[in-house]
Amino acid sequence: MTRYLLRRLGQAILVLLLVSVLVFSLLHVLPGGLVRAQLGPKATPHEVAQLAIQEGLNKPIFVQYAIWLGNALHGNLGYSYKLNSPVATLLGEYFPRDLLLVGIALFLAIAISIPLGLLQGVRRNRDIDYGLSFLLLALYSMPSFLLGVIGIILFNIEFNVFPPTAIHFGTSFGADVSALVLPVGTLMLGNVAYYSRYMRSAVIDNLLEDYVRTAKAKGSSWRRILSRHVLRNSLLPTVSLVGISFPYVISGSLIVEALFDYPGMGLLFWNASQDRDYPVLLGVILLISAAVVVGNLVADILYMVLDPRIRYG
Amino acid sequence: MADALDEPLATAPALADAEPAALGPGEASELAWEEAWTPPNHLLENLRVYAKNRIALGGAVFLALVVLFSFLGPLIYQTDQVSTNLLNGNLTPSAAHLLGTSPEGRDILGRLMVGGQATIEVALAVAAIATAFGTLWGALAGFLGGVADAFMMRVVDAMLSIPFLFFVVLLAALVQPSLPIIILAIASVSWLSTARLVRGEVLSLRTRDYVAAARCFGSGPWQIIFRHLLPNSLGVVVVNATLKVADAILTFASISFLGLGVPPPATSWGQMLTTGISNLFNGYWWELWPAAFFIVGTVIAINVMGDGLRDVVEKRLQQR
Repeated sequence: MTRYLLRRLGQAILVLLLVSVLVFSLLHVLPGGLVRAQLGPKATPHEVAQLAIQEGLNKPIFVQYAIWLGNALHGNLGYSYKLNSPVATLLGEYFPRDLLLVGIALFLAIAISIPLGLLQGVRRNRDIDYGLSFLLLALYSMPSFLLGVIGIILFNIEFNVFPPTAIHFGTSFGADVSALVLPVGTLMLGNVAYYSRYMRSAVIDNLLEDYVRTAKAKGSSWRRILSRHVLRNSLLPTVSLVGISFPYVISGSLIVEALFDYPGMGLLFWNASQDRDYPVLLGVILLISAAVVVGNLVADILYMVLDPRIRYG
Repeated sequence: MADALDEPLATAPALADAEPAALGPGEASELAWEEAWTPPNHLLENLRVYAKNRIALGGAVFLALVVLFSFLGPLIYQTDQVSTNLLNGNLTPSAAHLLGTSPEGRDILGRLMVGGQATIEVALAVAAIATAFGTLWGALAGFLGGVADAFMMRVVDAMLSIPFLFFVVLLAALVQPSLPIIILAIASVSWLSTARLVRGEVLSLRTRDYVAAARCFGSGPWQIIFRHLLPNSLGVVVVNATLKVADAILTFASISFLGLGVPPPATSWGQMLTTGISNLFNGYWWELWPAAFFIVGTVIAINVMGDGLRDVVEKRLQQR
């Protein structure tokens, strides 16, 4: 088990390194180069050369990568000239808001889709299953920003209960709560559709297992069969699914933040892309990728703890 | 198991059909690859299994109608989708403009057809490229095994760890969007899940007896991959490719919303939806709901088709 953990950790580090190489090279194939992109088309060749030397951009690309990686490992992700602040400070300010948004949305999505999937699996091919399946399919087939817009139309234009943007986020607790409802709801519903489909098929598979038949034969109550055998075993694939879905959830938060102006990393990134603020772009991508890798690792370890049948080498 | 020996004989043409399988009304492509290695009564059986699923059949019909609407519609309902006429902007639906006009004064119904063409083309191209590349990558990784497999799959892991939409926003900041760039951008992430899926299939298939037999007869690695491993994982790949078309439509809509859309006067459903959203508080419903209907309807139709195809494939696997 320790060996598996170590190997898994080594893989995670390798993946992170690959991500950093990918992102770094993506930014350095810019037409005209990074310096030109920062100074704009009007800069003189002299100015371009000066900034290149100042930022070490005249060195070979491998050396540049090594320097950048070394700095990043020491917590120095560069400096945003546009926002006049170190990138690490910006990330420290915006990242917790994402943890809040994504954390609540994920928690609610799991809390809703598990009982929903169980209900559908137990009542499979009945009216309630068909109805729910269609509803979830419609949710699943909807671009998330459309879902958010429907939320705005319902809860702001028709019934003015929640604000259509989160620009007042951070002013007071009440404002925070009402600003969070629509973004969290939008992010959550898309995932409910995804998770509960999975949960439903896991429940159906488990209901056909031998241990369920045995439990029935020895006279266990239906409630006990569901909670002790079916539910527990169906939770396993759902746990790994949550891990796998991490990048999609974070991508979804970008859309939601752009739609509702929620001041998280997505909005920071979006604004940075409009301003061509490359240090911020690089820093955000690196941080969220690290978050995804760590999330996957946690899901794997959780899976191992939850499922005693799996004892990796 | 008897059919396992027959399979290598007639599988070569099957590969070419792997991608267009996502195309159009499902059954046609189903037809082509089934024909290659099963007697025709199996093919009819497959069609029957598919058609028994009324919802999947409805999905195929809806999709066919949407394709006809987008590609043949402009011949019947002719509109000017190039010039801008701000005096005619944001008109409510009337006899002259059945679904009103866009902010630039272009007819919305005609625009839905043009946008549908772009959307369908992008989605099909993405599914084709992603399926071809992902299948090759996954098959190669699974077949080679060892260090090569480990490295190839870590590349997949690394690319999956970059949340895709962030990558797209970065791309939109770096380059001028165009149709090929959009297709490549979506395909660059879409192939990853196919690679994982095919690798898994190949890992389980390569230990089969017929692969060992082929090896004994002196087949090289490419021959084993193309003639034995790929044709046998085709069913799973076809289902996956179908669902990829649906995903590509949603992704295209999302990245249009984030600013990586086709340059005007061209448009896509996602861009029309984005325009509708920017006019949300003006009450121009005809700029929002028709585009929303086409996106959601088409994606639902393709998803139920994928489910129908999966039933066919699984039934076939059970019979084996």
